[in-house]
Amino acid sequence: MTRYTAVTDADRSTMLEAIGVASVDELFAGIPAAVRRTAPLDLPEGLGEAEVYAELRELAARNTSVEDEVSFLGAGMYDHYVPAVIDMLMGRSEFLTPYTPYQPEISQGGLQVMFEYQTAICELTGMDVSNASVYEGPSALAAAAYLAKLSNSRKRFVISRAVHPHARETLTTLCAGYEMSVTEVPLAGGVTDLSAWSDAIDDDVSAVFFAQPNYLGAVEDPAPLVAAAREHGALVVCSADPLTLGILEAPGSLGVDVCVGEGQTLGNRLDFGGPSFGFFAARDEHLRRMPGRIVGETVDVDGRRGFVLTLQTREQHIRREKATSNICTAQALNALAGVVYLSWLGRHGLVELGELLVQRTAYARDALGSLDGVAALHDQPVIREFAVSLGVGDLEAVRRVIARCAAEHVNPGHPLGIDYPEYSDCLLVAITEQRSRADIDLLVDVLGRAVAAERSDVPAPRRGGEAR
Amino acid sequence: MTPTETAMQRDRAVTIFEKGQAGRRAFSPPPLDVPERPLDELIPPRLRRREPARLPEVSEPELVRHYVRISRRNFDLDTGFYPLGSCTMKHNPRLHERVAGLAGHARLHPLQDPQRAQGALELMWNLERALAEIAGLPYVSLQPSAGSHGELAGVLLTRAYHEDRGDPRRTVLTPDTAHGTNPATVTMAGYDVVKVGTNADGGVDLDDLRAKADKDTACLMLTNPNTLGLFDPNIEEIVRIVHDVGATAYYDGANLNAVMGISRPGDMGFDIVHFNLHKSFTQPHGGGGPGAGPIAVSERIAPFLPRPVIVRHGGERSNGSGREFDLDYDRPKSIGRVRGFQGNYGCFVRAYAYIRSLGASGLRDASEVAVLNANYLLARLRQLGVCELLPPAYDRICMHEFALTGAPMKSELGIRTLDLAKRLLDHGYHPPTVYFPLLVEEALLIEPTETETKETLDAFAEAVAAILSEAREDPEIARGAPYTTPVRRLDEAGAAKKPVLRQPL
Repeated sequence: MTRYTAVTDADRSTMLEAIGVASVDELFAGIPAAVRRTAPLDLPEGLGEAEVYAELRELAARNTSVEDEVSFLGAGMYDHYVPAVIDMLMGRSEFLTPYTPYQPEISQGGLQVMFEYQTAICELTGMDVSNASVYEGPSALAAAAYLAKLSNSRKRFVISRAVHPHARETLTTLCAGYEMSVTEVPLAGGVTDLSAWSDAIDDDVSAVFFAQPNYLGAVEDPAPLVAAAREHGALVVCSADPLTLGILEAPGSLGVDVCVGEGQTLGNRLDFGGPSFGFFAARDEHLRRMPGRIVGETVDVDGRRGFVLTLQTREQHIRREKATSNICTAQALNALAGVVYLSWLGRHGLVELGELLVQRTAYARDALGSLDGVAALHDQPVIREFAVSLGVGDLEAVRRVIARCAAEHVNPGHPLGIDYPEYSDCLLVAITEQRSRADIDLLVDVLGRAVAAERSDVPAPRRGGEAR
Repeated sequence: MTPTETAMQRDRAVTIFEKGQAGRRAFSPPPLDVPERPLDELIPPRLRRREPARLPEVSEPELVRHYVRISRRNFDLDTGFYPLGSCTMKHNPRLHERVAGLAGHARLHPLQDPQRAQGALELMWNLERALAEIAGLPYVSLQPSAGSHGELAGVLLTRAYHEDRGDPRRTVLTPDTAHGTNPATVTMAGYDVVKVGTNADGGVDLDDLRAKADKDTACLMLTNPNTLGLFDPNIEEIVRIVHDVGATAYYDGANLNAVMGISRPGDMGFDIVHFNLHKSFTQPHGGGGPGAGPIAVSERIAPFLPRPVIVRHGGERSNGSGREFDLDYDRPKSIGRVRGFQGNYGCFVRAYAYIRSLGASGLRDASEVAVLNANYLLARLRQLGVCELLPPAYDRICMHEFALTGAPMKSELGIRTLDLAKRLLDHGYHPPTVYFPLLVEEALLIEPTETETKETLDAFAEAVAAILSEAREDPEIARGAPYTTPVRRLDEAGAAKKPVLRQPL
């Protein structure tokens, strides 16, 4: 008996007697001896609760979290403030412990949350319909690609190189099975190169993908990107950061077919990369090809308003090999955090937060740009993230600069050179509302000294800003 | 039966979008502490949104009351028995929430330099080693986000493996008892499904398998114990047939809770296994996720695993680079990533805490008690005469779950499995899985799990018996159930016919 099971010796003998067997081992007699173990697993024996806590705490202590340093890391996940109400609601048994709402009469809480979530995502993105969540941002983009594959029989995808590198790689991985080719469009001046984009699109293109804002923090001008795709009848997929949509035009107003993205910025903690949620919203005409759970409003036999999982004939448990996706378990609890966060921010709070990010980010970009050797990688508009070249040479030099900053408990950002060899000298810097002016001034001071130290060690510092 | 409306039924559903008033708020923005510049200068007006999204305008007390109130319209595992077959609704220890919430885990950025995320990488490494041991396969990727995501990764691994050998194939075999995710996954991975039949004992029909396995077969996907709760006694022969035609064998780990520490997929000969951390390893399901679907693979599949993979460098933590554990991206044969970052780490923390709590003998105990509880519940139902109307679909010792057929109940009492399920709601139970597996008529799939007491199982069996005897008197009661839930039977057909998928504003 462990602390999570409850069978006493007396229980066991009563139960075995009722079953009509002499021992628990007999219950496993149907497993062929050759594949039935007698030896225990090679794992340590179990521990008490306090000992497990201590071990997990010790592991946690060997990580440097955003509480241990002043962090400007972003690049897809951001240290925004998560309000206390979210911890409380996510911890409630009623939301934390149920399975998927297969029995709607006793799942109205979760179903209503999903319905509200779908409403919030539609409002935010300007799209007609939203599902109840998918796994996370990059696989959401790949799911949009699969919708395009089901919509037309074309054989190629076109994706901007300014889309998150994890999303580009995930797309390539997941479309390999259905043998789509992927064309990557390069950048110009920090945004998708419009002429290369237009050249890449022809009548063979199933769907095109761009990110708003893009991976370098730059706000794209979506109108010409959309128009170029429309001309050839390709589906347009926008991967948007939902928290910027208080400031930026809603993708739905721009002629986008599917809007997806990473939901972490909406009230989800960092968790070393997950769980968060992906959102998936589309125009009405794509509804019946959408993946995942969708909740609809209805009435009960007495006429009371209620909510159910609907349009399930799209799904794997009904349609099996003809389903629009294999997804079932998604990220309901994280999507709950998303809609609670959006309600907490509210109609005006979303805009105010966006404006604050824009102002602080502009301040930080200017201040860093004034450092010796440091220059903005591009001069596009930015919301909460931007890229700078450090003038220190290469990725290894950038890593040394980061290490110098870390020694002063500042994490200045993510080295772009990991995914973009052409920007090997560059750093991606994110400013959330949790980074005050004082924090930004500290970054300027610490990074300035770290860059200066690195530059004095580098025999021939190269000039930065190669993309400008 | 004319029901009296309960207080919760009188409290009609109102969404957060219908609450609040213009001007209310829960959020107070931090001060603007930098010199303000005109917004037009920073973001050109033509790129900006003209009308704000119509989000709710509510105060914090309103927000809290709204969501707490609607939470109470959910049934949950902490409140009652949840024998939902194939979902392994075992107790979720709260220790796991506490440790996952530690700042060093919860507030760790996924792009933190590995040198400063050694605790997280060590945890993931240790979890990989433990899962490898439980699976009996040497290599693990934690990346997939859920079981079906693990399946997709697994079938893409199979594809990469065959292509690398210059022997591309076209089909994947799935038994007709398979979860719907299996055939759906096969299609997404660009293969065609070939269905394999079930024999009289509820296992794979070996003759049908032999007839259909050929050099076009890329893979067999199998759940064992299967979705009928039966361990296939021919498992070694099944895997041999599949391997003999050069195909891989994929183990759907949805039912691993029956055999932890007792029988390992790797020892059965499987090449690829996925785990559902939200089933066997008690990650709370959250009403539809998050989950996690790590995969374990054999030596020959390992080069193709999603990247990055966690590696452990030799040497002591204290000397050298400080990077004892690292992320390796240099995997030339990798299928690539299947998602962003390193996976659902928060789920890994919980699963690891669970494995550390139980240890080798505790995991085995969990499976033994899961199987004991299932067989006992079946025996209790039999003793109470329930199985005369709801006989087991296959009358054998079951594993962690068992399938009943409601066909006799339907013909003799005139109530369907659906009616029984709905009447169970009035008794305070979550019903079993219904109408799955598909090959069992009027199916009920019952999985009690190891964390339930004998008293709970007894009470549930008695509730089922009581519903049947009530139906013998008056089947209308069950047909009209439920009566006590926040809403009663819902018009699902109407919802699909005229979809209302958002609050109109």
